Amino acid sequence: MNDSTHDVSNRALSNLDLETPEKPYLDSNELIINMGPQHPATHGVLRVILKLDGEKVLGTECVIGYLHRGVEKIAENRTYTMFNPYVDRMDYVAAVSNGLGYCEAVEKLMNVEAPARAKYIRVILTELNRIASHQLWLGTHALDIGAMTPLFYTFRDREEILKIFEKYCGARLTTHAFRIGGCQYETYAGFEKEVKNFLTFVAPKIDEYEELLTTNRIWIERTKNVGVISALDAIALGVTGPVLRASGVKWDLRKAQPYAAYSEFDFDIPTGTNGDTYDRYLVRMAEMRQSLRIIEQAVNRIPEGPIMAKVPKIIKPPVGEIYHSIEAPKGELGYFIVSDGSTQPYRLRVRPPSFVNLQALDTMVRGLLVADVVAVIGTIDIVLGEVDR
Amino acid sequence: MPNFIMSYLGIQDAITPGAAGSQFWALVYVFIIFAGVSVAVMAMNWLERKALAHFQIRLGPMRVGPHGLLQPIADAIKLMLKEDIIPAEADQFVFWVAPLIGLLASFTVYTVIPFGPSQAVSDMNIGILFMLGVSSLGVLGIVVAGWASNSHYPLIGALRSSAQMVSYEVAMGLAVVSAILMTSLNATGTGTLSMIGIVQAQQQQGVWFIFKFFPLGLIAFGIFAIAMIAETNRAPFDMAEAESELTAGYHTEYSGLRWSLFMLAEYAAMIAVSSIAVALWLGGWMRPFPNLLQGPAWDFIFSLFPGLTFLGLAAIAMVGVVRMPSHSFFKIQRIGLAGFAAVLGFIALLLLIIAVAGRSADASGAMSPAARFREGIDYVYWFVFKVAVFMYLFIWYRATWPRYRFDQLMKIGWKVMLPISLVVLIATAIVGVLVS
Repeated sequence: MNDSTHDVSNRALSNLDLETPEKPYLDSNELIINMGPQHPATHGVLRVILKLDGEKVLGTECVIGYLHRGVEKIAENRTYTMFNPYVDRMDYVAAVSNGLGYCEAVEKLMNVEAPARAKYIRVILTELNRIASHQLWLGTHALDIGAMTPLFYTFRDREEILKIFEKYCGARLTTHAFRIGGCQYETYAGFEKEVKNFLTFVAPKIDEYEELLTTNRIWIERTKNVGVISALDAIALGVTGPVLRASGVKWDLRKAQPYAAYSEFDFDIPTGTNGDTYDRYLVRMAEMRQSLRIIEQAVNRIPEGPIMAKVPKIIKPPVGEIYHSIEAPKGELGYFIVSDGSTQPYRLRVRPPSFVNLQALDTMVRGLLVADVVAVIGTIDIVLGEVDR
Repeated sequence: MPNFIMSYLGIQDAITPGAAGSQFWALVYVFIIFAGVSVAVMAMNWLERKALAHFQIRLGPMRVGPHGLLQPIADAIKLMLKEDIIPAEADQFVFWVAPLIGLLASFTVYTVIPFGPSQAVSDMNIGILFMLGVSSLGVLGIVVAGWASNSHYPLIGALRSSAQMVSYEVAMGLAVVSAILMTSLNATGTGTLSMIGIVQAQQQQGVWFIFKFFPLGLIAFGIFAIAMIAETNRAPFDMAEAESELTAGYHTEYSGLRWSLFMLAEYAAMIAVSSIAVALWLGGWMRPFPNLLQGPAWDFIFSLFPGLTFLGLAAIAMVGVVRMPSHSFFKIQRIGLAGFAAVLGFIALLLLIIAVAGRSADASGAMSPAARFREGIDYVYWFVFKVAVFMYLFIWYRATWPRYRFDQLMKIGWKVMLPISLVVLIATAIVGVLVS
């Protein structure tokens, strides 16, 4: 462990007491185990250093930064328009949400408002993306717990969403769907019909996932009372999104401070009671159904009109600063932008939900077993592109 | 002519070569079984990938040979050509010997597996004890592999595996004992530990032990069926190699041929424990309803099954040939698959000819050599068929269920299965005494 200059395991690991004496062979009392950065269940390049007593977790330390690309610094060297595609690369599972948050933040900074039709398109695509993100979460989470099959079911159905994205803007994952001031593209012919078809297609599929897992004895045993986090702890750690809601806090930015066109739709905020992995699972499953409700309303009431507000060719927001946040699939995604009046942001800071939620990992897994660490990493639903940026 | 061949095949006698003291024929049987199990493992490998893929709306291997039929061979070649890495920090010799222990344990079991009343290497009078003892040696290979790797993940995997196998052995043993108790329900009141004897006891009592003292036999069988999944480290009890937790568990540091030996041992062990279950509860080599549907006519109908099975497989392969795209790119694949179908069809034809030629028609009851041969094939067929059902179940479980956690597994083993199997054992004993 000590001979590598790139090794950071000995630096600032406050949670772990790494002062283990040199032993010639395996020390059987306490194990320090590196989980990651190359590990099948850490959802990318997360490295978790575990201190174990047998299988029991005594402490964890997350080492992040393996996917750091300096997105925030890049923003300072790009114009507002040029930076727009970069945000898609943060949470690449929910690129549409990232784009929405960024575009709305800049719009707020410039004091322009997207036209109604653009807002509706934004809502439809964002909610579709929420379903896609939750489907990917479900598949990988179930795979971590050992159920291989849901992964393939969810990927099959996510494909339909990606097809809609591809038809709309030509890209499947890093969509760059929105522009500052509205949308670049008008919906393609048959968009509404395809979205409606998707709604009727996916509703029974969600039941199918639930059929495989919700009442499955092993699934319940593996997730109930695992990774419990109380509402107070969750709030103290800044946890947002489904993780917070599963602890019983009814906090959803779509209701709390409506953006886009969310104030015009009727939907519920599903919450849990125990704050355990099973509740988080149920909350996300319910959220998928709520998203379907929102999409259905939006697609039925989508207004006619322009899709782009009057935005100058060169975007030069006035001097000032803005914080705007949206409810991304994983939690509160916020953009803090400081403008010095030039074409480039003076400073751009992203508040990524995955990064903040990941802080709760240590609280959740202390005293549990190694297998639960994997389950809890899955249930927090992190995307390392967003954690490291 | 058949008589001449039979005398060399040694299957004229109604006893196994081991019991007859014929070391040469025992050795031949050992080779046949070793080759057969190796082929079965390869077939299982392909089937598992294919069946699992179809459970998961995928196609599975499709490129190497028609419908990926040559995939196991390609895998074997790849694994043999891979660099053989022994980590510098590992305990070299133990690391080297560990896969061999596992392999030896799971293959030695096959000496007493009763494919038929005389179709076994040996009929040991303590067969079931030998089987349980040797098969539980397999855990030694795993523990030793995990320890010798001198690495954390393998060590945890090995620890899990040893604890799991030791605790499931108990419930498994008790379930086995309740089946052995049932063998003593005859006129003399003496039971048997011989594998062949256990199947013959079911024959004499006219019932498979799974249905004996309903539901006692069924519960004992259920416990064994659960314990044997844990014993072989298969999903949902695959904690020892839990991919998402321990990357690969005890064989994390293994690669190439050594790794494939572990896989070979695992699949061989799966077949072995399934064979125990079949022999103890599902009537071993007996065909369904031997006492209800008896007589030469029924014998003949059931003796057609091996041939018909192969005919069915050939038909499936032919459907594959017909459904293959008519592009010239698939020409070789189509020819290959058609050839495969032809081979299967040829085997089917052979088996059907044997079934027809081996009809035990004469009323005196004396069997011609051909009839004996036919009977031997029937025995092996039904035994393998029942084991194959278990193999399918293993795949099905893996596709359906999430993985248990380690402590939950132990809880089920000690708190649920052990008490139930004890109660079943005592209940079987009481009912047995009352009945006799």
